[in-house]
Amino acid sequence: MVTTRASVDDVWGWLADVPDPEIPVISVTDLGIVRDVSWDGDTLIVTITPTYSGCPATAVIGMEIETALRAHGIDNLRLRTQIAPAWTTDWLSDAGRTKLEGYGIAPPQAAGGPDRCPLCRSKNVERISQFGSTPCKAQWRCTDCLEPFDYFKCL
Amino acid sequence: MVTGLLRMGDNALVLGQRLSEWCGHAPALEEDIALANTALDMIGQAQMWLALAGEREGQDRDADTLAYHRDAWDFRNLLLVEQPNRDFGVTMMRQFLFDSWHFEALTALADHDDAAVSAIAQKALKEVTYHRDRSTETVIALGDGTDESHRRMQSALDRLWPYVGEMFSSDDDDLTDMAALRSGFDAHILPALNEATLTRPESDFAHMGGKTGTRHSEHLGHMLATMQILPRSYPDATW
Repeated sequence: MVTTRASVDDVWGWLADVPDPEIPVISVTDLGIVRDVSWDGDTLIVTITPTYSGCPATAVIGMEIETALRAHGIDNLRLRTQIAPAWTTDWLSDAGRTKLEGYGIAPPQAAGGPDRCPLCRSKNVERISQFGSTPCKAQWRCTDCLEPFDYFKCL
Repeated sequence: MVTGLLRMGDNALVLGQRLSEWCGHAPALEEDIALANTALDMIGQAQMWLALAGEREGQDRDADTLAYHRDAWDFRNLLLVEQPNRDFGVTMMRQFLFDSWHFEALTALADHDDAAVSAIAQKALKEVTYHRDRSTETVIALGDGTDESHRRMQSALDRLWPYVGEMFSSDDDDLTDMAALRSGFDAHILPALNEATLTRPESDFAHMGGKTGTRHSEHLGHMLATMQILPRSYPDATW
């Protein structure tokens, strides 16, 4: 029997179309949680690193990756979870950061807070709460346009 | 090794369950969300520790079996984390004391010889650094706040201080020397309490028996009854 294995590059391309379930504007590859794609014989191994250890989206992400790859004809598939090195927001792609801001979520900054309001671009922002609607976000507010917004925490 | 892993996992599980009791009841929406998010991190960490404990034990028990099918005397968590929430002040003081110990413990375990232990500790430490920042800020703000908030925070500290000593009791089952963590803990909490205008209680009397499982408080059993009723009543339920 002759089987044709999809190239690893093709798989990465398909994964780039799998959205994050909570922040659908970015993909799982933008988020930096897919750490490796490789073939072990005729089984495709996709290595994933969870963002926060209790994030409920992790299970959904696994399911969505599996569904997407099966739709591309990959039947032998194994998802591997890897926790070290721990996920860091440094792994967010530049495209991902731009998409986040366009969506109204301030991207993470090493300084520990957003550098500007994602809506009106004002630098005058203040923290409302260290936590937000998902484990990866905090709530901030712009003191110029007065709109509250999500900030993607630096981890 | 297994007992040491259960201790880390049970601390995270029991405190995660306690914090989740606030969901929908906290004094402000932001606080509600913050406590629920912290609870989520703790449950996630519990899953990792308990999964590893089950794997090392080799008796076919996974994280869910360990969480839902053990009785109070089989739990190895510290007495501090099973203490009831009471008011928001007690909850945040408990969090501050626990986070301050947890931070030191995970920092030590991040360098553990066992790669699986070190990986979980490194992952958890990132989350706990954030928890400790938050609980420290909250304790300072409430301690050095109004007369009423100050009174409640001092009373919370007095109530919970007898549960601090157990965190630094150490035996061969621990994954690291817990007694060695005390100086780092003191270096963090004493200036914070000072800034919060709170007085460290004089007596260092310590209740013991949580991490050995010999003398849990009555509160643990009640909490487990709520937490375990569904999987115990319907052992094959999936959701």
